Amino acid sequence: MRTSPFLVQPTPLQIVMLKVAGALLPGIALYAWTFGIGVLVQIALASVTALAVEAGCLKLRGRPLQPFLSDGSALVTAWLLALAVPPLAPWWMVVLATAVAIGLAKHLYGGLGQNTFNPAMVGFAVLIVSFPAQMSRWAAPLGLGMAELGGLAQLGWIFTGQLPAGLAFDAIASATPLDTVRTALGQGQPLAQILAAPIFGDVGGTGSEWIVLGWLVGGVFLWQQKLIPWQLPVGYLGALALTASAFHLADPAHYAGPGFHLATGAAMLGAFFIVTDPVTAPTTPWGRLLYAALAGVLTYLIRVFGSYPDGVAFAVLIMNIATPLIDQLTQPAVFGRKRGKAA
Amino acid sequence: MSVLLALCVMAGLALLLGAVLGFAAIRFRVEDDPLVDKIDAILPQTQCAQCGYPGCRPYATAITNDEADINQCPPGGEDGIRQLADLLGREFKPLNAANGVEKPKRVAVIDEQLCIGCTLCIQACPVDAIVGAAKHMHTVIASECTGCELCIAPCPVDCIDMAPLGDTPASWKWRYPVAMLKVVS
Amino acid sequence: MSRLHAFHGGIHPPEHKAESNGARIVQVPLPPQLVVALNQHIGHGAKPVVAAGDRVAKGQMIGRAEGRVSAAVHAPTSGRVLAVEPRVVAHPSGLAELCVVIEPDGEERWIERQRFDWRNADGPAVLDHLRDLGVVGLGGAVFPSHLKLAGARTLDTLVINGAECEPYITCDDRLMRERADEIGAGIAIVRQLMNARQVKVGIEDNKPEAIEAMRLACGGQDIEVVVVPTLYPSGGAKQLTRLLTGREVPAGVRATDLGVQCFNVGTVQALYRALEHGEPLLSRIVTLTGAVARPGNVEALLGTPLSHLMAFAGVAADVTGHVYGGPMMGFVLPSLEAGLTKSGNCIIARNAELFPPAPPEMPCIRCGTCAEACPAELQPMDLYWFARARQFGRAQERHLFDCIECGACAYVCPSNIRLVDYFRYAKSEIWAAEKSRDAATLARRRHEARQARQERDKRERAERLAARTTPRPAPPPLPEQVTPQEAPAAPAAPTDDDKQARIAAAMARAAARRAGQAGKGEGGDGA
Ligand code: SF4
Ligand code: SF4
Ligand code: SF4
Ligand code: SF4
Ligand code: SF4
Repeated sequence: MRTSPFLVQPTPLQIVMLKVAGALLPGIALYAWTFGIGVLVQIALASVTALAVEAGCLKLRGRPLQPFLSDGSALVTAWLLALAVPPLAPWWMVVLATAVAIGLAKHLYGGLGQNTFNPAMVGFAVLIVSFPAQMSRWAAPLGLGMAELGGLAQLGWIFTGQLPAGLAFDAIASATPLDTVRTALGQGQPLAQILAAPIFGDVGGTGSEWIVLGWLVGGVFLWQQKLIPWQLPVGYLGALALTASAFHLADPAHYAGPGFHLATGAAMLGAFFIVTDPVTAPTTPWGRLLYAALAGVLTYLIRVFGSYPDGVAFAVLIMNIATPLIDQLTQPAVFGRKRGKAA
Repeated sequence: MSVLLALCVMAGLALLLGAVLGFAAIRFRVEDDPLVDKIDAILPQTQCAQCGYPGCRPYATAITNDEADINQCPPGGEDGIRQLADLLGREFKPLNAANGVEKPKRVAVIDEQLCIGCTLCIQACPVDAIVGAAKHMHTVIASECTGCELCIAPCPVDCIDMAPLGDTPASWKWRYPVAMLKVVS
Repeated sequence: MSRLHAFHGGIHPPEHKAESNGARIVQVPLPPQLVVALNQHIGHGAKPVVAAGDRVAKGQMIGRAEGRVSAAVHAPTSGRVLAVEPRVVAHPSGLAELCVVIEPDGEERWIERQRFDWRNADGPAVLDHLRDLGVVGLGGAVFPSHLKLAGARTLDTLVINGAECEPYITCDDRLMRERADEIGAGIAIVRQLMNARQVKVGIEDNKPEAIEAMRLACGGQDIEVVVVPTLYPSGGAKQLTRLLTGREVPAGVRATDLGVQCFNVGTVQALYRALEHGEPLLSRIVTLTGAVARPGNVEALLGTPLSHLMAFAGVAADVTGHVYGGPMMGFVLPSLEAGLTKSGNCIIARNAELFPPAPPEMPCIRCGTCAEACPAELQPMDLYWFARARQFGRAQERHLFDCIECGACAYVCPSNIRLVDYFRYAKSEIWAAEKSRDAATLARRRHEARQARQERDKRERAERLAARTTPRPAPPPLPEQVTPQEAPAAPAAPTDDDKQARIAAAMARAAARRAGQAGKGEGGDGA
């Protein structure tokens, strides 16, 4: 170092990324416990693809593999993507999505730090637009009395599309709680009756309620480590809950309450791991709050009035576009230049 | 029904954005300088006439009238050409070698022992940076000299030299810090 | 006990103060040569008033303050002037600047010191006196002190800076422990000069002995010694002012205008020596630390070659370079041949163990950690983007010049981006551009004035010619042309009156044109 400061705090990017990955672990463990090992297979697939595509892109762009390959950012993208696809999706889906996320959404925009859109969500969006049918069929949580697939059988299904004899995919898969609610509401069933179905637990979906708790634990850990600002998750979950409450109060028979919306789908994962992606979020305190809140409202609207199973991905992508504008409009006052103070 | 709703939303949005744009156009309008002034503001004001015009402003006028290209001012250098290209929305092109080469700025120094006081240099200096009376020694006010070299040729005794302006700690600049991570091929 | 007004951000780098704050300040023996730079302060360098071969006495002025922002420079000891020539100075550029090289004669023969009765002198005289005694801020910014003292009818709060927040540096700590009484007396002087309502001395809580000593020294007076938490950069003048008074001084605003002013403890002590004893600023305390055998604080004459200082401290074998100033804001010395300057509060010998090489720079991930650490409440990552893209205008809009270059942002950045380098780069580019723009504006005006004058000369000549030819049908040509005042060919020929009038008229016209131009120029600036 030839210029000051000659001291630097030893918290390299790798550590940051490793901590983010670590914070995902409790949720992942609960996920695997609830839905079987399919999710672990997806994570492995996504990780390998991400590293391979990252290495290829770096080569193509004439950048050194180190330190970029080991910075961990590709890994975090891959894991988030793997968590967003159904655990029993065929192997090529997650591979395709990861390749799109890393190659298109990240490197085509100039690599780490330069992308406008959240790469994991771009990958997810491509899947959901191209393969809506596969994307909406999730494995039923274990222990619901439906047919279950063992670990080996899950592996077999993901890679070969073969199920053990006598089993149809529809027997082991079901729509997600969010989807179920929307479909049933569309058929005119009252909400209370829908929510009494076995795939619904006390607040959200059976089993997945616990996973949501896992994300929450990881998120709080990240916040405690000062790796994510509070404005993003609080703004997001707050706005989602407020919007849900408003609709619920207006018409309880048609609109589920805030608890249901927080505990289902990717809301909690999104709040702590997707909305908080620093590259694509604003950097100012008020900007972050606004960004997250708008993303929360959009998530609700897309969930309830849109035709996709969940709204997190599109809400985040839409807000990504607004990031520069939000940043521009919410520049904080600098030292000595606050109104009424400097005078 | 939903088509109608969508149409309404889009129309409403269009109206709103149009109103915002219209407001911004009125609210943030800037009174523009004439183009000649803008070009002249970019030119370095060395007044050396290397561009083929008797000074910076005539050159600016010529550019405005499309009589001259943007790459004829050596003191302005590449930076200047780039700024002109940006201003006029033209393609950047390298300096026309026929007009001269870009040089670091220098100032004229008169050897006061040799000067015969003929005042020819005073008449040549475009910015009145030389002081002296007839038959007396002349001298250059360094802070006002633009380094145009127009005083060199008229001097009958060749006593004017161009001296480089050395870097001092006060004029020294921090260099561009980007160290690109690239594979060395 | 007054309330503290915490500032935004700040960091906790390892302190490394224990190495050098244990021992008393020692005097460095006279070096064989002193290289006294003439520009040791912000502003114009002093103008030399001695020449090679002159004998100088200790305390004799060798450089006179030149211009408004300047201060005098003095011979730190008696001896002979060897040369007045450019020498490498303690500056990151490693460039040479005018220095007075003095060979000490070892006699320490003082110039006759005149007692100055500052209590009965009027304000401007006191300020001139301080300027001529070369008193400047010793905290590192070396702003001439007389300018900071000027312009205050009454001051709300006088802030005395003993925070010394930067790691490794302990010179103020030792000074407060050992010379608290002089600092106390200095505070009383400044207080009276500035007519300050209250005085607060801010000291970080990692210096209990200094706090104790200052409390003792300030006991009788109405001075509050405030203990502030250890947090870099609480010793920045703006940050300490905010911490103690809650007032924020933005860049480009005089603190005095906001009713506060901040002086470093070393400066206050120098002010005391200058006003009570008529002593110019000849030496300073400097911390020698890092990879040296005998870390500690020394009192050294200004101009002492830094190599002499480092030899005194005993440099270890594995040293890879030296830092002038602290590890957060200092710079690498291009050469140890430079002489000590008024800004030199610390020299750190670097080795790979104390200062490991920087990890590679990664792309910015917009994590905002830097913004959280920035005491100026800036958004360093935005400034970084703008500086990197050379969009200096945008950087200025985002208050680049409010950045105090404290380095907190670069310290915390997980991508190890050398943020401050970009800010320094952008600032120096903007300054250079401003300078060349000013030069161009000057040239344009002078050129236009000249053209206007030539134009007018031509017209007047034509008019005179016309006036002469029309009324007289058959003028005898010869006598006309020999009358001197009517020979229009040479501009130098007309009578004095005529010429004077013409110059005056041309100047008036140029002024009018300029006024018009200025109005236009302002409109065009935004474009
Ligand atoms: S070449 Fe000389 S006269 Fe022409 S625009 Fe450039 S500086 Fe001005
Ligand atoms: S002194 Fe000579 S070089 Fe300098 S501006 Fe005048 S004519 Fe040009
Ligand atoms: S032209 Fe040369 S000789 Fe004549 S006044 Fe100028 S410097 Fe002196
Ligand atoms: S701390 Fe570094 S990586 Fe984070 S926003 Fe600031 S400059 Fe970018
Ligand atoms: S160096 Fe400038 S931008 Fe960085 S933390 Fe300090 S004041 Fe803020």
